[in-house]
Amino acid sequence: MAGSAVLATSERATRQAGRTAAVRLDDVSKAFGTRRVLDHVSFEVPSGCGFVILGRSGTGKSVTLRHIIGLVRPDDGRVFVEEDEISALAGHELSRVRQKIGFLFQSAALFDSISVGENVAFAMRRHTDLADAEIVSRAREKLAAVGLGDEFDKMPGALSGGMRKRAGLARALALDPKILLVDEPSAGLDPITADEIDELLLGLKQSGGVTLIVVTHNIPSARRLGDQLLMLHEGRIIAQGTTAELEGSDNEMVRVFMTSQHAG
Amino acid sequence: MLDRAQAGLAAVGDVSIFAMKAAREMFVPPFEFRETLRQLYELGFRSAPLIAVSGLAVGVVLSMHTRASLERFGAESLIPSGLAIALVRETGPLTAALLLSGRIGAGIGAELGAMRVTEQIDALEASAVDAFRYLVVTRVIACVIALPILTTIMNFSGMLGGFIAETAVNGMPLRLYFTRAFSLIDFTDYVPATLKTMVFGFIIATVSSYLGFTTESGTEGVGRASTRAVVLSSMVIIISNVVLVRLIFFLFPEAGG
Repeated sequence: MAGSAVLATSERATRQAGRTAAVRLDDVSKAFGTRRVLDHVSFEVPSGCGFVILGRSGTGKSVTLRHIIGLVRPDDGRVFVEEDEISALAGHELSRVRQKIGFLFQSAALFDSISVGENVAFAMRRHTDLADAEIVSRAREKLAAVGLGDEFDKMPGALSGGMRKRAGLARALALDPKILLVDEPSAGLDPITADEIDELLLGLKQSGGVTLIVVTHNIPSARRLGDQLLMLHEGRIIAQGTTAELEGSDNEMVRVFMTSQHAG
Repeated sequence: MLDRAQAGLAAVGDVSIFAMKAAREMFVPPFEFRETLRQLYELGFRSAPLIAVSGLAVGVVLSMHTRASLERFGAESLIPSGLAIALVRETGPLTAALLLSGRIGAGIGAELGAMRVTEQIDALEASAVDAFRYLVVTRVIACVIALPILTTIMNFSGMLGGFIAETAVNGMPLRLYFTRAFSLIDFTDYVPATLKTMVFGFIIATVSSYLGFTTESGTEGVGRASTRAVVLSSMVIIISNVVLVRLIFFLFPEAGG
């Protein structure tokens, strides 16, 4: 019920904005063993929007992101990326849809057996017909855009946490995705480095063309990046709207969560 | 007890499905040539020194045992051919496979396990790459190609070890030793026994990849995957060898003579 109401709200928002939905979850439920992680979750992310998924640890935020890129399949419900139902795709079709999406993992998840530059070039080598020199040149550009222009030949193990995150972002942007999924961008980083990552994401959003879906429990980060916020609790959506709407929510948990890091 | 038995049976089923998927996808394009070549180098070429040195030692020991047995009957001239037959038919293939299940199995289990727990396998999938084809199928193909070649290296270095032992005892020349060594070996001794190591390679790669691919519980899980990869692949190799030898005797009756 709550999921349907939230879906109706987000559909209205999408129509009002005159944009198509980049991502849509339709009554998605997921359990791992006996533990229900998502419970009838429905929402829509308008194209070009900065969409932030909030919630305490273990409430299903990262699992939601993994549904969007097809790393996890729902037990019930459907997941759409633009007009493609990614939750029903496999093989080449799944690969085609995934090429529209970039994913910045919480741990960056760089391939540690190849250099930072080759990490960025990896998807280009596999999914484009570009010449090797062009791929290397573009990979250098992507790294330079995140402030790692001189780190092309370094191995991931030689980078600091913040640098790994930046390199992960450059890799996620390698194919110029329409949708960028970001899992806990500030996790494990000092406040200054976390702000720098936020700035990069904000720059991407403001440059247009990229739909940004960010999972975080960092409220200052959510305020900066989110046009729309959604809060999950125990696998269910308990609030959705703008920052101001969530701050004025009737739900005390939502209000407490939104003000908990106000100064941060 | 019943739960453990059920879990064990479920695991056997899962490994079998994993192996069948790998066997099918080995022949389905597109092929990952570059990564397969890289794995051939890592798993095959870099195992060659281990196999060559071990083969030498095995050859020396086999020669000493063969001499001890044949001397009693005054049949020392049969030492080179006896050793060659023992090496080519069974000792070479099985020793090579068990050594490689240690080196390759542990390596694959640990590498894929670490990739699983650090989300690198998810990152591959997120990069629109079929992680199973890229990580598993390439390793399976590399092992299936590498094992017969490494077994051949083992056989030859074993014979060389046998020569060193013989020439140390009675000064036998190299040419005479190898002429005698090859005098009783024919096609049915070498080819079926060496080709069966393709099955051993398939077992090492699929069992180890399965354990790495399904690793849970962080670094502790990686260690467990690595250990289990060696134990399970060695065990499956030894058991499957019984069936394979029986099959070889059935298909090539002269190999049992």
